[in-house]
Amino acid sequence: MTLYLLRRIFGFFVTLFIAAAVIFILLDLLPGDPARFILGINATPEAVAALRLQMGLDDPALLRFSNWIFGMLRGDFGVSQTQKLPVAGLMVERMSVTLPLTVFAMVISVAVGLPLGILAARHRGKPIDTALMVLAQTGVAVPNFWFGMLLTLLFAVTLHWLPPGGFTPWNEDFWAASRGLVLPSLALALPQAAILARVMRTALVDVSTQDFIRTARAKGMTFGEAMWRHGVRNALLPVLTILGLQFAFLIAGTIIVENVFYLPGLGKLIYTAILERDLVLVRSGTIILVLVVSFTMLVVDLAYGFVDPRLRERRA
Amino acid sequence: MRVTKSLALASAGLLLATSLAVAQPTEIRVGAPLEPPTLDPTAGAAESIDVVVYQNVFEGLTRIDQNGAVQPGLASEWTVSDDALTYRFKLHDGVTFHDGTSFDAEDVKFTFERILADDSVNAQKALYQAISAVNVIDPLTVEITLSRPDGLFLFNIGRGDAVIVAPESADNNATDPIGTGPFAFVQWDRGSRVVLEQYGPYWGEKPALTKATFVFISDTATMTNALLAGDVDGTYNFAAEALPVFDGNPKFKILVGTTEGETILSTNNKRAPFDKLEVRQAMAHAINREEIIEGATYGYGVPIGSHFAPHHPYYIDLTNTYPFDPEKAKALLADAGFPNGFSATLKLPPVAYARVSGQIIASEFAKVGIKLELINMEWAQWLEDVFANKDFDLTIISHVEPFDIGIYANPDYYFGYNNPEVQALNETLNATTDEAKRKELAQEMQTIIAKDAVNGFLFELAQTGVWNAKLEGMWPNAPVEGVVLRDVHWVE
Repeated sequence: MTLYLLRRIFGFFVTLFIAAAVIFILLDLLPGDPARFILGINATPEAVAALRLQMGLDDPALLRFSNWIFGMLRGDFGVSQTQKLPVAGLMVERMSVTLPLTVFAMVISVAVGLPLGILAARHRGKPIDTALMVLAQTGVAVPNFWFGMLLTLLFAVTLHWLPPGGFTPWNEDFWAASRGLVLPSLALALPQAAILARVMRTALVDVSTQDFIRTARAKGMTFGEAMWRHGVRNALLPVLTILGLQFAFLIAGTIIVENVFYLPGLGKLIYTAILERDLVLVRSGTIILVLVVSFTMLVVDLAYGFVDPRLRERRA
Repeated sequence: MRVTKSLALASAGLLLATSLAVAQPTEIRVGAPLEPPTLDPTAGAAESIDVVVYQNVFEGLTRIDQNGAVQPGLASEWTVSDDALTYRFKLHDGVTFHDGTSFDAEDVKFTFERILADDSVNAQKALYQAISAVNVIDPLTVEITLSRPDGLFLFNIGRGDAVIVAPESADNNATDPIGTGPFAFVQWDRGSRVVLEQYGPYWGEKPALTKATFVFISDTATMTNALLAGDVDGTYNFAAEALPVFDGNPKFKILVGTTEGETILSTNNKRAPFDKLEVRQAMAHAINREEIIEGATYGYGVPIGSHFAPHHPYYIDLTNTYPFDPEKAKALLADAGFPNGFSATLKLPPVAYARVSGQIIASEFAKVGIKLELINMEWAQWLEDVFANKDFDLTIISHVEPFDIGIYANPDYYFGYNNPEVQALNETLNATTDEAKRKELAQEMQTIIAKDAVNGFLFELAQTGVWNAKLEGMWPNAPVEGVVLRDVHWVE
């Protein structure tokens, strides 16, 4: 068990380091001078040189890389080149939008996806099952930015029930802030709910043919009772893995959805930084996303090991 | 009886006051496509900074009006010496910065010395390099001495790059801008919006609006929804392809105006075969402006025949210098030694007008035998390759600086046009302050540049704003970068 833990944790740090190296190299290879970009075409060469010096662009690559890594180890993620503010502060500020958005979307996808998956499995092969799976397939196929647009057209432009986008800070108006997250989290949750429904259905169908279900039925339970008491719990194992993966997808999905709903979240921060060639913000922002996603994976892996002892022993 | 009457009058007055207050909203939400990286217009080129703060939060000594003319700003009047080298400005009395500190000649001196300092990162530093000294005569009089005459000096000090800042607050202007304008900065929710509020002690005429919020929405479809849902009251320059949604809708009005953006097919005059006049003339004859304007700007662009804005008083129409004539183009190419045409590359920056114009020009050129390879680029890469390293054949770009014909007098500029005649004319123009003479010189320059077919002159970018139909006072034109809210108000 300890060995398993150590290996997972070691893998986690190796992933982070490789990701950091790749991010740094890719951004460094990008053509174009960020200082020239910030100052525009009429800037004098002296002004560009002054800004390059200020931004530390003239140092050797290896020095800049190690400065970045050791800075992060000390909790210093650098200062945004365009906004002139510490990256860590900017990211934390944006978390107040992205985190609730992701959690809302997660809750919605679980609340919608799992019951639908169970319903479909119960009525396996019947019209309701077919209808639900067609719906789920559509849900997986619909891009969430487009779905977001449709939601806005209906609920904001036509019905005026909800704002078309934008965000009021939590401390200013809690109710308005929550309202602003309804449509984006719906848009974000739809494909995930569809995936969850499909996974849940498949897992339940697999479980339903297992020996322990037959035994439970032999002991006098109805099929429904047997599935509910033994089937669903066992079927949750693959669902747990998918949930971990989905968290990563949701974080990535916020980049698009936050732009559709003009929400000041992490996704929009990084998207804008890419457009404005704010290399410090892009690389530190990306590595923090990598950190969040890998950490979630680590937790899911560990949780998986605890839930299913067979797996733990096999891997160790 | 008398009591009743006055009571009735008083209540009527009260009623009127209430109904007025209800009928006339005094707040506005403006949609802007880009969020500014900082809020200091003197330390960055981003147009998005000026959009929010120019003439709203910050003011300069002079002020550019909506037609591009120079008006008094923080300087109420000025005199120019006969040699056009010394400008003496009389400053407004009783002006305060938003943090309560008072404005005087020392702030002017500080502002210009900050722009010209060695470590200055002012994006337009080059425009102010003629300044040799800024002298404080008394707290309300300042004298600026130039090392050479500069006909555009009064215009340039009215730009966002030269707004007056205070030594106490200048370092924090990037995040907490402190100016002298009619609106004071309140808050900036990063990624979302900037809130401005009317500044009570403002020295000039009070604006009608009490609060203005700039909301940042980058996506066109999203902006459309925000306008339709009423989440924003307008946007100053909206994508032409989305305008039909609002055309004919009585709740909105579309303001079509001009900008300072001359969109040109920039040509590397130093590189063969473009160093041959016949080749450039052939390309000029091969260009069908109407087709490009229709395709790239939905018909909103205005054709240009030289590098000059059509709304400017010095403009002359040179669009017929080389009219669209593919046969003539082929003949000229044959004369130049390319009977079968030639191949070249066209590097395109990531803006819709350039990408679409590029495709149309490629098909127009193909008809006369010039085969263009289109290369799409990101901004930073374009700036480095094309603009800084001059490694290109052709490119398409809008030159958005006001009155920028002077770039044709710089042989080291990226399109490499070297004509001593134009250089001499430009020098005379800069040294001339007489309007009639200036006009004559500017027109002569335009004509030579058009005849030399230095670049392919395509169109002037339009500004197409979409606003709530009950809003008045917005600038339809964009003579400088900025969304000036001073005169904006709601009407019945």
